Amino acid sequence: MKYYRSHVLVCVDPACLNKGAHEVMDALQDELVAQGLIDEVQVLETSRIGGCDHGPEIMVYPEGVHYSNLTPDDMAYLVEEHFLKGRVAQKFVAQEKVFSDEELSAPTLKEIRVVLRNCGKIDPENIEDYIAEDGYQALGRVLSELTPEQVIDEVLKSGLRGRGGAGFPTGKKWQFCRASKDTPKYVICNADEGDPGAFMNRRVLEGDPHSVIEGMIIGAYAIGANQGYIYCRAEYPIAVRTLRIAIQQARNFGLLGKNILGTDFSFDLEVRMGAGAFVCGEETALMGSIEGQRGEPRPRPPFPAVKGLFGKPSNINNVETYANIPQIIFRGADWYASMGTEKSKGTKTFALAGDVKHTGLIEIPFGLTLREIVYDVGGGIKDDKGFKAIQTGGPMGGCLPESYLDLPVDYEALTQAGSMMGSGGLVIMDDETCMVDIARFFMDFTQDESCGKCTPCRVGTRRILEILERICNGKGQPDDIETLEYLCGQIKEDSLCGLGQGAPTPVISTLKHFREEYEAHIFEKRCPAKVCKALIRYEIIDGVCTGCTVCARNCPANAISGERRMTHVIDPDVCIRCGICMQVCNFNAIVIK
Amino acid sequence: MAVNEKDGKAVIAAVEAAINRHGASQEELIPILNDINREIGYIPGEALDEVSRLLRVPRSQLFSVASFYRMFSTKPRGKHVIQFCESAPCHVAGGREVWQAIQDFLKIHEDETTEDGLWTLLTTSCLGVCAVGPVMLVDDDIYGNVDPSQVPFILQKYH
Repeated sequence: MKYYRSHVLVCVDPACLNKGAHEVMDALQDELVAQGLIDEVQVLETSRIGGCDHGPEIMVYPEGVHYSNLTPDDMAYLVEEHFLKGRVAQKFVAQEKVFSDEELSAPTLKEIRVVLRNCGKIDPENIEDYIAEDGYQALGRVLSELTPEQVIDEVLKSGLRGRGGAGFPTGKKWQFCRASKDTPKYVICNADEGDPGAFMNRRVLEGDPHSVIEGMIIGAYAIGANQGYIYCRAEYPIAVRTLRIAIQQARNFGLLGKNILGTDFSFDLEVRMGAGAFVCGEETALMGSIEGQRGEPRPRPPFPAVKGLFGKPSNINNVETYANIPQIIFRGADWYASMGTEKSKGTKTFALAGDVKHTGLIEIPFGLTLREIVYDVGGGIKDDKGFKAIQTGGPMGGCLPESYLDLPVDYEALTQAGSMMGSGGLVIMDDETCMVDIARFFMDFTQDESCGKCTPCRVGTRRILEILERICNGKGQPDDIETLEYLCGQIKEDSLCGLGQGAPTPVISTLKHFREEYEAHIFEKRCPAKVCKALIRYEIIDGVCTGCTVCARNCPANAISGERRMTHVIDPDVCIRCGICMQVCNFNAIVIK
Repeated sequence: MAVNEKDGKAVIAAVEAAINRHGASQEELIPILNDINREIGYIPGEALDEVSRLLRVPRSQLFSVASFYRMFSTKPRGKHVIQFCESAPCHVAGGREVWQAIQDFLKIHEDETTEDGLWTLLTTSCLGVCAVGPVMLVDDDIYGNVDPSQVPFILQKYH
């Protein structure tokens, strides 16, 4: 392990990055190399140090000096003053308040961090950091005190359910796999986090990889496996690198490989990379991909616990599920089960995205309401606009309207409401969102990602997309809603895997909760949210327009005419609805009808 | 990595290097194809012939795998590959305008290569860095918070 006399944390939040945080960081590194200090001073990336208003900013420890408003050219002076001469470079010391550690790392009161507890706190590339946070204690206890059956009992008692989204009890899954007679057995970690906007697993893999590895070793002991695979999507190259480093370190410490911790239990791990196929997140498709085949789902039964990878019994869990295991063993199943609702125990990570003030990752106990998530944890809707819908469960989840905001978040409640838990993406939409357009957007995604093996999904998603595109383009036909409902039902019932079964959900849920928007598009040729280009018209308000000619000069289609100082007119037949006129008008004289 | 087809020797060398690295078994097929794709820029037909011979797996089966995954290409690509994130969080953060700006600047559309063979434009699924959307990947370099006006500056770095 390397020791440093100083640590420099560079804020790489978006605001600071925009102002050149990386350039400052590069200049700092170069200067440290030039001064021969690079082995004494460690430069790390971090998130929020101050308010980001005066970025790029850095924090120097152990002194705790906060510098802001930095440029790459300042680094020579800063390194000389602070690191060579050992005095604070006063002229860069931040004037604004420095946030205390509590303010920076403590999540909002409603959050509880179990899975994310170490992320951002420890160096993911150093196993000793993890061990210092009680890492591998649970594994020690398992191997020295517990039988495999007792481990499974403990996991059952904790109430942990699959965090990939389906919510199957993890302990039961392990029990089935343990009961399979065939050998060898495999444990697999599904790190193919493909849902757009969901990056909870990436955070864990890059920030705390050993929690996943420890969870997998415990799982392997419980089911009786000696080989494991982590299947990570190729879009996450840093996660793959971090995992490989972590696995090597665990091997060096005797935590992976032959005779772990001196017992007769042996287990080793390998990282497998995907190659860009969303459907590989489906467990049977994932196994096909590890075997070097097309990632196409297989019919179940037989279930993976009986006949999985290479035709052998396999246990497959999500990253977050495994990351929970060491804490459950270390702190006890009762502690874990004390959080959450009756049937959904513990915590869940979510990625907040869309029109919410605080986007990013959160971890909350089950049972919090959607309203608490959006308004308390997420800080409310951006620009204080109105709430319209929240989409849970990723591209195969449903959109829930305002009347569902007081719904407690757990597996059953979301399913009953016509959506699902999914892996944890939450997209919040404000009142300027067109729900037909959103349904079209998600269908475009699933249609593209359908692997093509079964007909309902391959053909059905294409047909739905065509109808939705037609509706958005103002060419909707009177019986389109019935056709959509029929198609959705067929695809949901008859598809082979979760992708096809879930694909119609955005359409079904928007048809249920926002049917009037579909009707407005089809029968009145009107887009109530004023999003669908074919259904909107730009108009200039007589009396507000000053005839300044700015709009006419900027119109790329020459659709605006009028005399100077007279109200201008837009020709709707020529207008391409690009919206430039509205952006350039200084008098707010242009409206969308 | 040139657009023009590599001469046969380079292809064979890339295949052999990949198989030596990972071992000659079907289980290693995806890592092998990945290495070839990186080395040559795409997976040429000759490479599939060679892999088929060494792994004793039918060529049709290899082609079905090579054409299934989005990251593999069976057609030549440009010297640099731009992958633009097309997911919802980037889309709502202004991705549409950036996407348009890239197409306008390079004068190509999705899945096309510029005439000079320098650029190929692709979309990618979510890269998981949604907090800094819109996001684009140029070869292995990731750019976040991309603004349409930055596109020419970012791309000029690669000339």
